[in-house]
Amino acid sequence: MFVELNNLLNTTPDRAEQGKLTLLCDAKTDGSFLVHHFLSFYLKANCKVCFVALFQSFSHYNIVGQKLGVNLTVARERGQLVFLEGLKSAVDVFFQTQEEPHPLQFLREANAGNLKPLFEFVREALKPVDSGEARWTYPVLLVDDLSVLLSLGMGAVAALDFIHYCRATVCWELKGNMVILVHDSGDVEDEENDILLNGVSHQSHLILRAEGLATGFCRDVHGQLRILWRRPSQPTAQRDQSLTYQYKIQDRSVSFFAKGMSPAVL
Amino acid sequence: MAAVATCGSGVGTTGSAVATASKSNVTSFQRRGPRASGTNDSGPRLVSIAGTRPSVRNGQLLVSTGLPALDQLLGGGLAIGTVLLIEEDKYNIYSPLLFKCFLAEGIVNGHTLLVASAKEDPANILQELPAPLLDDNSKKEFDEDVYNHKTPESNIKMKIAWRYQLLPKMEQIGPVSSRFGHYYDASKRIPQELIEASNWHGFFLPEKISSVLKVEPCSLTPGYIKLLQFIQNIIYEERFDGSNPQKKQRNVLRIGIQNLGSPLWGDDICCAENGSNSHSLTKFLYVLRGLLRTSLSACIITMPTHLIQNKAIIARVTNLSDIVIGLESFIGSERETNPLYKDYHGLIHIRQIPRLNNLICDESDVKDLAFKLKRKLFTIEWVQDNYLRQERNIYPPGFSYLLKQKDSAWGEGSLQHSTFLMSFLAKATAFASRLVRHSEPLKQTGSGRIHQAAGPRLWHDGRRQEAPGLLGIPP
Repeated sequence: MFVELNNLLNTTPDRAEQGKLTLLCDAKTDGSFLVHHFLSFYLKANCKVCFVALFQSFSHYNIVGQKLGVNLTVARERGQLVFLEGLKSAVDVFFQTQEEPHPLQFLREANAGNLKPLFEFVREALKPVDSGEARWTYPVLLVDDLSVLLSLGMGAVAALDFIHYCRATVCWELKGNMVILVHDSGDVEDEENDILLNGVSHQSHLILRAEGLATGFCRDVHGQLRILWRRPSQPTAQRDQSLTYQYKIQDRSVSFFAKGMSPAVL
Repeated sequence: MAAVATCGSGVGTTGSAVATASKSNVTSFQRRGPRASGTNDSGPRLVSIAGTRPSVRNGQLLVSTGLPALDQLLGGGLAIGTVLLIEEDKYNIYSPLLFKCFLAEGIVNGHTLLVASAKEDPANILQELPAPLLDDNSKKEFDEDVYNHKTPESNIKMKIAWRYQLLPKMEQIGPVSSRFGHYYDASKRIPQELIEASNWHGFFLPEKISSVLKVEPCSLTPGYIKLLQFIQNIIYEERFDGSNPQKKQRNVLRIGIQNLGSPLWGDDICCAENGSNSHSLTKFLYVLRGLLRTSLSACIITMPTHLIQNKAIIARVTNLSDIVIGLESFIGSERETNPLYKDYHGLIHIRQIPRLNNLICDESDVKDLAFKLKRKLFTIEWVQDNYLRQERNIYPPGFSYLLKQKDSAWGEGSLQHSTFLMSFLAKATAFASRLVRHSEPLKQTGSGRIHQAAGPRLWHDGRRQEAPGLLGIPP
């Protein structure tokens, strides 16, 4: 959890809004630091988190999480975190036939199917347990990242259907939050990715867009973050609020500053 | 830095180098297990794997790519469990050299090799590997040629740890050298006995594809399915995935896949823009990365990306790989005659470096890198170095220079002209100074209003070519 980013977004783990879909988008740079931020944020907010981690292995998120102050292994054992490790599961699904439907079942299919098994997995993971006390505040779904599903043979429409089902269940029914990471291919014309990105950004309440600098690589400023608040359900009577900051990623935190105000320049 | 085992045994093995004992209390040299696999070590063992070293930044276990210059640019080496993708140059001349250096490094370090190709028999590929330069003398000689833009302090520190690798190994012939990163002579072949002593597996597609396919059809081409099964088989049988805790000696599997994505593999992304199997390659890469993350292996893939018609696929392939390096050779391009690129054979672009176990990555500051295959060695340098070298030849040290501006006697203020002027002045001063004795003042001539000072054009024998201010030639 980056404290500076919390200040920019005007939230704390104690009083975060519920029922929101946040889109994380990166163009020409790596936006995975935002995923680590939200993962540690929601774990500290005592939420039940379902993390569909398709991009990296569990130990990667664990080691970075420890730098940010959360322990994923402990969270998983306590039941707070349900972790789907995409890389390991893909190997299991691909080489051995599974008896019960696996969330990544589509890897074995010849034609582009749908993501229903994955949705069932998410719903099962986040459904409220009927125990006496309420242990966790609200459920959260975290997906890193959705563009990998396109590379694995899914169509953009199937991925959008999955997001729609998840939003109906997690955001509306269970009053939880969703955080999705989608890569922006930029000037490379990846039509499926553009369809996916436009579709998800239309449904989202908050868009965080990490862009590389237009002038190229810089050692002191790693990129630019654009924050856009949206109200998808209401008609746009008021303009969407947008802010832009530049950032530099350090070992355990990320520092944000206004454009051109990097400490290295001043 | 602790890497907690993900299996249920609950015993977390930590690995830390002697040099980076900052976060861990353990200072004895422990074996570092693979990042995501369940390592079932019964206790700490003082064995380290030959040819590997922990990264200074995050304790990641690294292997050498076979080119020490490339190792430095990648932050120390190739991390175990990751994929190094090389985008081939246009005529596929230099990428096989990097491929072979990677495999040769594996043989020299005693690692197990897995070579997959659809074009050449792996046995032939192994015969053509470059010979290692194992003398320390020759290493020092070539050290000046290799560009070091970061001081390799880590190299010096790690040398302490290599004592542990000279522990005697009873069963097999030990690795030829325990150093990390060797130089290779591209003009000589690797000695036959080294190949025979090594453990390697070959996958030649025309041989394997003839047998019947026993898996359900999915959208991968049969060649890729076979290759994945082969790799998974080797990993499982030779225990690279950490499944057998009893094995005393741990080793690294180096996988090399040549020309992946070319039509010889049965894939049509190089032929058609929207082929039938456009997801085949990306699915293959994803499952391959899954296999690598759960085993002690590292993979190099060369891919003819300049042939891929659909640019979106290249972007997806780049996202799915960990390290991506592009080679661009100057053969046949207009850059061949550009004086800036004189002596170089091509450019090397480091397109992507992964962030592993960390928020930041080891991105190098130097972006304009060029390579050359000089004599027998492949070196990587910063392009601007060549330009500076040329400039130093023109402006020899020891002179002070006055640069004339636009309205000089020669009429132009271009760099070439001023360079000419500089070199002329340098030569002229050097020539004239042996004729003029600067300690003696010249005799006064003329009306005395203009005192003629000694200059390059005034000679003591009385003949003056130019003497402004003189009204008449004295008798």
